Amino acid sequence: MTYEVDVATHVPQGEATRALRPPAPPRLRPRRLRLRLDWLVLPSSALAALAVGAGMLAALGASPVDGYHALLTGAFGSWYALSATAVKGVPLLLVGVGICIAFRANVFNIGGEGQIAMGALAATSTALALPNLPSVLLIPLVLVAGALGGGAWGAIPGAFKGYFGVNEILSTIMLNLVAVQLMNYLLAGPLVDHTSSVGGLIPQTRLLPKSSWLPLLAHDTQLHLGVPIAVAVAIAVYVLLWRTSFGFRIRAVGLSRDAATYAGIPVARTTTWALTLSGAMCGIAGSMLVFGSISHRMVTDGSLTGFTGSAGFNGIVVALFGGLSPLWTIVSSFVFAGLLVGGDAMQVVTNVPSDLIVALNGLVVVFVVSTEIVRRRARARVEATG
Amino acid sequence: MRKVLVILAAITALAAAAVPTATPKSHAQLKVALIAPSAHNDLAFTQSMHHALLNLQKKYNFQLSVSENQFVVANAANIMHQYAQEGYDLIIAHGSQYGATVQQLAPQFPKTTFAWGTAGETYGLSNVYAYQAASEQGGYVNGYVASLMSKTHVLGVIGPIAVGDAKLYVDGFVAGAKAASKKTVVNVAYTGSFSDPSLMAKQAQQFIAQKADVLTGSSQSVVGAINVARENHALWFGTQWTQASLAPQNTVATQMYDWMPLLKQIFTRMQAGKKAGLSYTITLRNGGEKIQFNKAFKTPPTIKAKAAKIIAGISTGKIKIPAGQ
Amino acid sequence: MSSFFTTAILTATVASGIQLAAPFLLASLGETLGQRSGVLNLGVDGIMLLGAFAGYYVALHTHDLLLAVVVAIAVGAALGLATAFISVTLRAEQGISGIGVYLFALGVTSLLFLKLVGTPLPVNKPRDLHVPLLHRLPAVGHTLFTQNVLVYLAFVLVPVLAFVLNRTTYGMNVKAAGENPAAADSLGVSVARTRYIAVIAGSSLAGLAGATLLFDVGIFQQNLTQSEGFIAVALVYFGAWRPIGVLLGSLLYGMTQAIVLSWKGLGIIPVSLSDLAAAAPAVITVLALLTIARRFRQPAALGTPYTRGG
Repeated sequence: MTYEVDVATHVPQGEATRALRPPAPPRLRPRRLRLRLDWLVLPSSALAALAVGAGMLAALGASPVDGYHALLTGAFGSWYALSATAVKGVPLLLVGVGICIAFRANVFNIGGEGQIAMGALAATSTALALPNLPSVLLIPLVLVAGALGGGAWGAIPGAFKGYFGVNEILSTIMLNLVAVQLMNYLLAGPLVDHTSSVGGLIPQTRLLPKSSWLPLLAHDTQLHLGVPIAVAVAIAVYVLLWRTSFGFRIRAVGLSRDAATYAGIPVARTTTWALTLSGAMCGIAGSMLVFGSISHRMVTDGSLTGFTGSAGFNGIVVALFGGLSPLWTIVSSFVFAGLLVGGDAMQVVTNVPSDLIVALNGLVVVFVVSTEIVRRRARARVEATG
Repeated sequence: MRKVLVILAAITALAAAAVPTATPKSHAQLKVALIAPSAHNDLAFTQSMHHALLNLQKKYNFQLSVSENQFVVANAANIMHQYAQEGYDLIIAHGSQYGATVQQLAPQFPKTTFAWGTAGETYGLSNVYAYQAASEQGGYVNGYVASLMSKTHVLGVIGPIAVGDAKLYVDGFVAGAKAASKKTVVNVAYTGSFSDPSLMAKQAQQFIAQKADVLTGSSQSVVGAINVARENHALWFGTQWTQASLAPQNTVATQMYDWMPLLKQIFTRMQAGKKAGLSYTITLRNGGEKIQFNKAFKTPPTIKAKAAKIIAGISTGKIKIPAGQ
Repeated sequence: MSSFFTTAILTATVASGIQLAAPFLLASLGETLGQRSGVLNLGVDGIMLLGAFAGYYVALHTHDLLLAVVVAIAVGAALGLATAFISVTLRAEQGISGIGVYLFALGVTSLLFLKLVGTPLPVNKPRDLHVPLLHRLPAVGHTLFTQNVLVYLAFVLVPVLAFVLNRTTYGMNVKAAGENPAAADSLGVSVARTRYIAVIAGSSLAGLAGATLLFDVGIFQQNLTQSEGFIAVALVYFGAWRPIGVLLGSLLYGMTQAIVLSWKGLGIIPVSLSDLAAAAPAVITVLALLTIARRFRQPAALGTPYTRGG
């Protein structure tokens, strides 16, 4: 029987917001005996949620079979649908990866919504200011601008927590409220499109320069350059977290602030960096939402959700389902994006609002975290018998 | 444990692949889709269009699919794309925030006709209609009447965001109120959201505190403000669609949007195989806008007569409504 | 600006600040109780939404406001029971499970509203009450001391919760469960039971907060709370887990909001800047906390499920 020392991939999800816990000792796990029971937990959580959803569909007078059929075809039924799902998954993946970074440092980032918007605004302003740059320069530039905008919006609560002890839950919530107002102000004021003002202004920017659009990778699909970039970013973050000393410091701070301080790790600075990077990921997601959109403008209806589609919250779900690992988040973002895209298709067919999918997402989260205990026990049993 | 995700994804993909593809299309009936940011029964913007479509459904024999509450612009774009791909003949993108999407989709689907509003821009595309409402006209009439009926001479106006249809209405209302009486004070505030009735209510309560006895507002979130008017015995003036059912004792008049004349033109042109590329504006003159006095509220006949005069003046062009800043 | 500094406008603004603070205050007090026992409940916004919808539905169909309030509280309690089961018995990750409850409630209330109600018909609100004597104060009395009963209830609950936390055995148990559950356990205090009660009571208050907000607006619509529940959680941190601190935070937030609304209406804040001004309550809350944050520490066991011997 072979054993592996596996600290890296084995921080239990329960660690994320749990304050001050002694560092877990390296666990010795028999590889072949990874138990089947915990394999079943995630899919059965998802299936349980879908079963509840079927019940709700039936209660609302729609056929669950028709509904889920529409959901599946809408999400995965054609190349176009698959591409729409992949594109929908981009912001979820990036936010999810950002959540992984924050949670690994034991910081709870619920400011994703605001960070997405601020990243998008920074990127949009950059593209509007430099319309004549060629694509090879402009696209990297707007993505960096997005990362900076979102990163700045993450750095504020990060520094507040690290240096002033302001709880990040409070500051990220409040900064979401500030971001939405900034977005509305900029899109109805300084950034508003003055070129087509027949019948009053619309709170949106000019059509963005073509050289800033994320190019399509396949004809008759939505698949754009953002998809491989997001996957690459996720892999890069995995490397950062598990193969660099910086990543080690983030995880060390996450496991125990006291131990990290004792080990000479600058805890305040590391915390600030973790939320900054987390915000930067959300910021890139924001620029992808703009430059990979069908409309190629930034548009607001006055709410953050109207722009983000709640990616800031759904990203948390995705990261959780991916076990707070950037690599598994790639897969889970695709699955959840399918639910969201399929939900819209389901609404068209069954006339049941796609809010059902929002509710199911919530149930999945509740089921997954509630069954943590089962997985932990299963693992413990394996360790005991191994 | 996480490998299971891959399996899950694979299963869903397989299940989807096994699913039969779209049913064959029949071309006998027109297929019309409506995408709207709020609910079909929002007593405002979306209801005005939904109502018009239902009324015309028999006459023009079309199949109607409605995607309501699509306030997430990116989702709405996906749904519009889906409709276009499914061969819908007319896609009505009922919200100015959808225009940018229409601009990009319309060239890709030349056989589909798009209509979007409220806006005046067709982007030079021959399969796009744009429609808008001269909501400043009804706003002017409402403001004029409100000014005459106010006892405190303070009016409260609440908009969502200071752009588009809402701003036209608000500016018209202010101009009308000032034209009726110089000493009328009109307090204007924008909540910054199309979908936050709670903020509308809070702003309305502030206006009541500031001695306003007449309130008006635009967008689907006004329901919050109407209730404040009802509880404080203030008068209410509506726009887009009648909200009298919410406050029958308080609603004086409503600027109703009637999109039927506009839709008739679009359907007639489509049946005749004519190109789009036109921009329509509903006005008091062409009947797309009507001032509807609430029957349950006894508006003095003298005031109704004055309103009629103003409506006539606007229709004939005698009254020019100054544009807001 | 002079238009703002009249007695009538000033008192009206203060009165509206008090009213705006009430839902925050109720929800924050409930969250304070839960957090002092060691349970972080991020689902407050969802509980408020479900409470508000349940109250709305009952009020719409029965016109019985008391029943509506009771149902809203009951829905809050039921969700509290679920939250406690998830966080205490199943020992799930608390922050994330709260997000799950929020998303579930957001989706379900939108769905039910669209399918069961549709057109947002208004419901009446509970009667306004005059505070004896005080409401007779010249000039300001009537405006300040005539509010609906739920608003008073919110403020009355501040000393009540302070009393419970500091002067009762149960309150001691709550604090022990939140600070050092192992020690509490060794003294024979049931950590699980203490936390269950705290979370259920706290969530009931969140349900009541939803009802209070509902009656302020008079109608229900999708996402009626617009993140107010999250703000309420934030105010618990602002208030440093003390009822009086939470009261100050809620009042600061509510008053700033009322002043902004008032200034918007009076044209003191120009339309072009009205969006930026709307961010003022959030900015001021964060800045205020910057100056005091270091002095307070969160309950040591906050967010940590308790396992005997583990």
